[in-house]
Amino acid sequence: MMKYSVWNILKQGLRGNRDWPLMWREPAPQEQYDVIIIGAGHGMAAAYYLAKVYGVKKVAVLEKGWLGSGNTGRNTTIIRSNYLLPGNEPFYEFSMKLWEGLEKDFNYNSMVSQRGILNLFHSDPQRDAFARRGNSMLLAGADAVLLDEKLIQKMCPFLDYDNARFPVKGALWQPRGGTVRHDAVVWGYARGADQLGVDIIQNCEVTGFDIQEGICRGVETTRGPIKAKKVGVSVAGSSSKVMAQAGMRLPVESHVLQAFVTEGLKPCLPGVITFGAGHFYVSQSDKGGLVFGGDLDGYNSYAQRGNLPTVEDVCEGGMAIMPMIGKARLLRMWGGLMDMSMDGSPIIDKTHISGLYFNGGWCYGGFKATPASGYCMAHLLAKDEPHPTATAFRFDRFQKGLMIDEKGVGAQPNLH
Amino acid sequence: MFSRLPSGGLIDREHPIEFTFNGKKLHGYKGDTLASGLLANNQLFIARSFKYHRPRGVFSAGSEEPNGMVQLGHGKFAEPNTKATNIELYDNLFAKSQNYKLSLQYDLLGINDLLSPFLSAGFYYKTFMWPKLFWEKLYEPVIRSSAGLGKLSGYPDPDTYDKGFLHCDILVVGAGPSGLVAALTAGQGGARVILADEDFRPGGRLNADREEINDCAGTEWVDQILAELETMDNVRLMPRTVVFGNYDHGIFGALEQRPEARPGINKKPKSVLWRIYSKRSIICTGATERSIGFGNNDRPGIMLAGAMRGYVNRFAIKPGENTAVFTNNDSGLKTANTLAELDVAVTVIDTREDKGKLNTSKYQEFITGGKIVDVKGKKAITSLSLGDGRSIKVDSLAVAGGWNPNVHLTCHKRTKPVWDENIFAFIPGDNLTDGMRVAGSVTGLFDLTSTLNDGFEKANDTLEELGHKPCPKIAFKTPEESTELTPFWYVKEAKGRCWIDLQNDVTTKDISQAYDEGFRDVEHLKRYTTLGMATDQGRTSNVTALAIMSEYTGKPISETGTTIFRPPYTPIPIGAFAGRSRGKHFRPTRLTPSHHWAQKQGAAFVETGNWLRAQWFPLKGEKHWRESVDREVLATRKSVGVCDVSTLGKIDCQGKDVAEFLNRIYANPFLKLPVGKVRYGLMMREDGIVYDDGTVARLDETHYVITTTTANAVLVFRQLEFARQCLWPNLDVHLISTTDGWAQFSVAGPNSRALLNKITDDFDLSNEAFPFMACANITVCGGRRARLFRISFSGELAYEIAVPSRYGNSMMETLMKAGEEFNATPYGTEALGVMRIEKGHFAGNELTGQTTAFNLGLERMISKKKDSIGNKLSERPGLNQSDGFRLVGFLPVNKEKSFNAGSHFISKGKDKIMANDEGWMTSVAYSPTLKHTIGLGFIKNGLDRMGEKVHAVDPLRGKNTEVEICSPHFYDPEGSRQRG
Amino acid sequence: MIIDHPLLGPRDAAEFVYLGDARLINRPDWASLDADQEFYEYLYLRDNPEGQHKELWYHEQGDRSWLVVTRNTFTHEIINVELAREVAQNSGR
Repeated sequence: MMKYSVWNILKQGLRGNRDWPLMWREPAPQEQYDVIIIGAGHGMAAAYYLAKVYGVKKVAVLEKGWLGSGNTGRNTTIIRSNYLLPGNEPFYEFSMKLWEGLEKDFNYNSMVSQRGILNLFHSDPQRDAFARRGNSMLLAGADAVLLDEKLIQKMCPFLDYDNARFPVKGALWQPRGGTVRHDAVVWGYARGADQLGVDIIQNCEVTGFDIQEGICRGVETTRGPIKAKKVGVSVAGSSSKVMAQAGMRLPVESHVLQAFVTEGLKPCLPGVITFGAGHFYVSQSDKGGLVFGGDLDGYNSYAQRGNLPTVEDVCEGGMAIMPMIGKARLLRMWGGLMDMSMDGSPIIDKTHISGLYFNGGWCYGGFKATPASGYCMAHLLAKDEPHPTATAFRFDRFQKGLMIDEKGVGAQPNLH
Repeated sequence: MFSRLPSGGLIDREHPIEFTFNGKKLHGYKGDTLASGLLANNQLFIARSFKYHRPRGVFSAGSEEPNGMVQLGHGKFAEPNTKATNIELYDNLFAKSQNYKLSLQYDLLGINDLLSPFLSAGFYYKTFMWPKLFWEKLYEPVIRSSAGLGKLSGYPDPDTYDKGFLHCDILVVGAGPSGLVAALTAGQGGARVILADEDFRPGGRLNADREEINDCAGTEWVDQILAELETMDNVRLMPRTVVFGNYDHGIFGALEQRPEARPGINKKPKSVLWRIYSKRSIICTGATERSIGFGNNDRPGIMLAGAMRGYVNRFAIKPGENTAVFTNNDSGLKTANTLAELDVAVTVIDTREDKGKLNTSKYQEFITGGKIVDVKGKKAITSLSLGDGRSIKVDSLAVAGGWNPNVHLTCHKRTKPVWDENIFAFIPGDNLTDGMRVAGSVTGLFDLTSTLNDGFEKANDTLEELGHKPCPKIAFKTPEESTELTPFWYVKEAKGRCWIDLQNDVTTKDISQAYDEGFRDVEHLKRYTTLGMATDQGRTSNVTALAIMSEYTGKPISETGTTIFRPPYTPIPIGAFAGRSRGKHFRPTRLTPSHHWAQKQGAAFVETGNWLRAQWFPLKGEKHWRESVDREVLATRKSVGVCDVSTLGKIDCQGKDVAEFLNRIYANPFLKLPVGKVRYGLMMREDGIVYDDGTVARLDETHYVITTTTANAVLVFRQLEFARQCLWPNLDVHLISTTDGWAQFSVAGPNSRALLNKITDDFDLSNEAFPFMACANITVCGGRRARLFRISFSGELAYEIAVPSRYGNSMMETLMKAGEEFNATPYGTEALGVMRIEKGHFAGNELTGQTTAFNLGLERMISKKKDSIGNKLSERPGLNQSDGFRLVGFLPVNKEKSFNAGSHFISKGKDKIMANDEGWMTSVAYSPTLKHTIGLGFIKNGLDRMGEKVHAVDPLRGKNTEVEICSPHFYDPEGSRQRG
Repeated sequence: MIIDHPLLGPRDAAEFVYLGDARLINRPDWASLDADQEFYEYLYLRDNPEGQHKELWYHEQGDRSWLVVTRNTFTHEIINVELAREVAQNSGR
């Protein structure tokens, strides 16, 4: 096990970078584990915290593709804890605090960059709603600042102030929001979990559950059956497909969300900026590309690719709010599979099958939740009760009428 | 030294062009690209690389260019990261180098290259972790400023971009030999054809090579075909058009450059973004050459062999006196032959051992089994060293590592390309969708005859499929051509780094380190080393890197596969995607029927969705908006005010089952609404949350008009159509949205009746004849059709009068003129809002899609005697908690104080934390009637807490106001005024 | 995408608004004994398959027909398009 540090970089550099060890082992699956987690995104974080915080050592993470091939490696890398509702905000603030200590925690620089997130608003009612949200954030111990147009102009002189169809009236700013290098999050958790003894098994697709008399005793996989005392499913994007193997229907639809990156540019954006009168949010990566996204394509899809009208809609939003980006060239667009839930909020809960646990329904906000989602899933797996910040993320909330609907659009997944 | 040949090439020597590069005036010709213009002027070193800031020169002759990126234009027109190989040279073109500190020649960041041992793949993941604060403050800013390539100007993009739609039977992508034949055949067969090519000169490789087709020079053959295509009305020839993406159901995205646009000189659109709808497509995108890894193979003056051939043949450039070709295949020898004919000393280094029957006498030297281990010459190549220690002086070096078919468009819909062991490259998979075919070198056919024949056959197959008559066979005669290749990826004995991804500065060492650390999957390799993620998307590097990784893992490439090809094929400006939907034209603007009148009054306007509504009407001398709004409220309450409320959604419902239909749509009952009456309607979503509210007016036995809120007009109509067509298809109900058809005005205040009496034709407006909540079809102003509703949002005696939209503006004028004697006042959305808060009506700020009828105090409106949308699920316990939120009013305890919407309620003496959060303030206004601030808000158990004092905390704005819970009906709670 | 409208012929999908699973046509009977559970399942649970999916599209920028489109959620291929009103009537609504 090698500790990463500047000294090791110097040492290895002088030796021609020939002796870097494997970042994690590639073990064959064992016959039996205490806990199996399916999916190496949030699931990798869950395995890490299970081993590190809850002392569960015999853990395997099964990944059907390569590490990071799911949504953790397919997003716009934004982190924030700017939620409105009490069911959400403490959880996302918990996640933010975990982000802040993450690199020291797992000795891997995933480039947590807290350069702030600016949610622009363009009307009085929108200001009122953002103020309500900002106050929620402050009451929950997070940070929030309400900016007027003058301050925004100072911070972002490049926004359209003179000719805008929907003039900028102000913004809700969370200075601690920002971005994280998404792939490095998976790699950091994987390396950390591996060092704690977790078996990471790539190219291992789950094809069925071993359920007898209402109890889940393991999984069938493309690499053979594996037994486990507990099985956690954390496969956002494919949740319905995997849980169907356990006979469950979910309050979830899979949708495609496109994301975009431009060619590398010298620094031009201060942090994350979201447009309040169109579908556009953007940040600039450390490599210089503008990373941006907008709305869902809007129809059920597992294609991991989208269509042109959405691309045009997103770029129109971009040009409307910051017309300087017209000459930035869109380099690559891709599509991720979103677990769009029925109220826009996630589920971290036991199922009616004993020993089978579920984590999903992250809509398009899963990335920022990675640490807390992993932590709370680990808590649930270890203690059979929800973590105090995740008590609202229950399956039965729809039956009971306890939806956590930040946007207020109801049981219409493509609007969340 | 590179120079222009005295003759030859496809440039127009009659049209010299002057252009500026890095401040130097240079000369080229029409028909040049910027790259060829620079090479002709011996400008080899033109750019700095991304990570190590190494000197770089032109490497290719197309959109695969990894090195030759410049800033085109200056000031607000500056276009960063523009590939010199893609720019058609024009008069007074201005370009400069980018990505350096100080100057291109002396770049301070060149130090990165010296530190490269410590900046290997993924180094940044392993350090910069301490101390924590240093990341944002120091490390990251340093990394960011050295990363990135070009700069955005920071000014709004001054260029114009257009968009358009095209339809065709057959889209042919790529106008090389196979594409030209395919388009010609398809055109002759009578199909509607589009032929698109990214180059400004169609012809593909025929422009770069010296081929012969049917005993005629390749370039002349191209001209003949083009001439023929131009005579066909059913063929649209689109040069300068890159087809960048393949989308569902035969739709392609394409960007056409318009050379007539001259930034700063005219305002013509710079490009057109086309959405091409095709029934079938034939992809003839050819192939891109790849390099070979050897020490310092990134030096300026080293380029792909096919590119060098093109610079000689198409652009008449002589690449120095001494040159060399490093090749593993026969196409490299083609370049050597071209060079040999120029009176240039050519050394051929062929990695293959066997030179076969080849005539090598025309070369300076022909080295078999040769390997280049190093290259000297920092800013331009001066010599190369061979494995045997020999050094050869050269001015340029051509590298031929084989060809990768441009499979991109065939992969955008997730068809996986397959590894072809004959050409050692990926070719399109065979499960293509939506009528796509591939022809020519993209399929791995590299000899000209096969390419031409393939184009013909695929076009004929397509014609047949579409029901056209196939064309008679065309015969092609071309000289015999050998394309043999023995794979050779990189020189293991290299001295110095072997560059694989030139733009992102990824070397063979980075690949081996990625392997060592376990990043062995193709996708991991890409993400860990950034290989293939640059602006060229790894077009010259990916396959080579995969081959090297496959050497390490021992797994054949056919098993490992390649990374996923994503659109766009080549980078596309954001401005082009946005087109003209920017600035004021970002979204359409909906104007109210009385907009022009309001404009004449000097009204302030506000965006409400896409609507522009009058917000208030300032009078001379009024300095603050509050002065105007307060006046409008008071004047309305005292006499009469008029407001354009046309933006409310209006849905006309007709049929014999409308009552039944509405009874199922609304939570409250509607079966017994009499003709001539209006009833308030509460609409829920199926999940039992309040969706919208409005009025239902029964104008006739089978004719109803309902209104919705402005924001939900479209959504409610959609929902009603859903209910009508999908849920209850057998009800006799017909719907149409008449939001835009009727202009509607609220006439409110004690004198509203008197005012309306002046414009209505013989209609009895008395309270007895036309009481509160009455409605009628009437006529006004001498026979004009109108509708009158006695409803009130302001709490005053009030009416809403509707006339066909075209009379809206004059109705406003008429009302104001008739109202002069009552001092009638126009009022805007602000006064409307103040009056509704005074009256305790909820609106958008309360209808957040999260509130229930219970929260709004309307739970008793939900009829339990019938089914209606949302009825069942509104009964869920979570929506009916006894301590749930209730809408109530709030007064400041100290009347001088104010508070803000968005404040939260905390009981006195409790900590200001989320656990003690009891609700929030939704709407706040200064009431000119009551002369203090009032608010509406949701607070837990509010109806039982009348008179209780709580804190409205607003830490966001540093405010904390003690407020008293009260009835939301601040003004005329008994409602006697509106009934009067 | 292009949707072949049964009355109007091929139309760009951008003219339509998407709702979701076509089972939303099968609204339960409010008077049923198990109506609470039936409405919960009706509104909230989805099959969400990878493959053929019957779904509701609304021709908002057109003739305002609600359509039932059978589409493959992986390839986006459209297999069948019907008027939702007819589907509803045929299912006994």
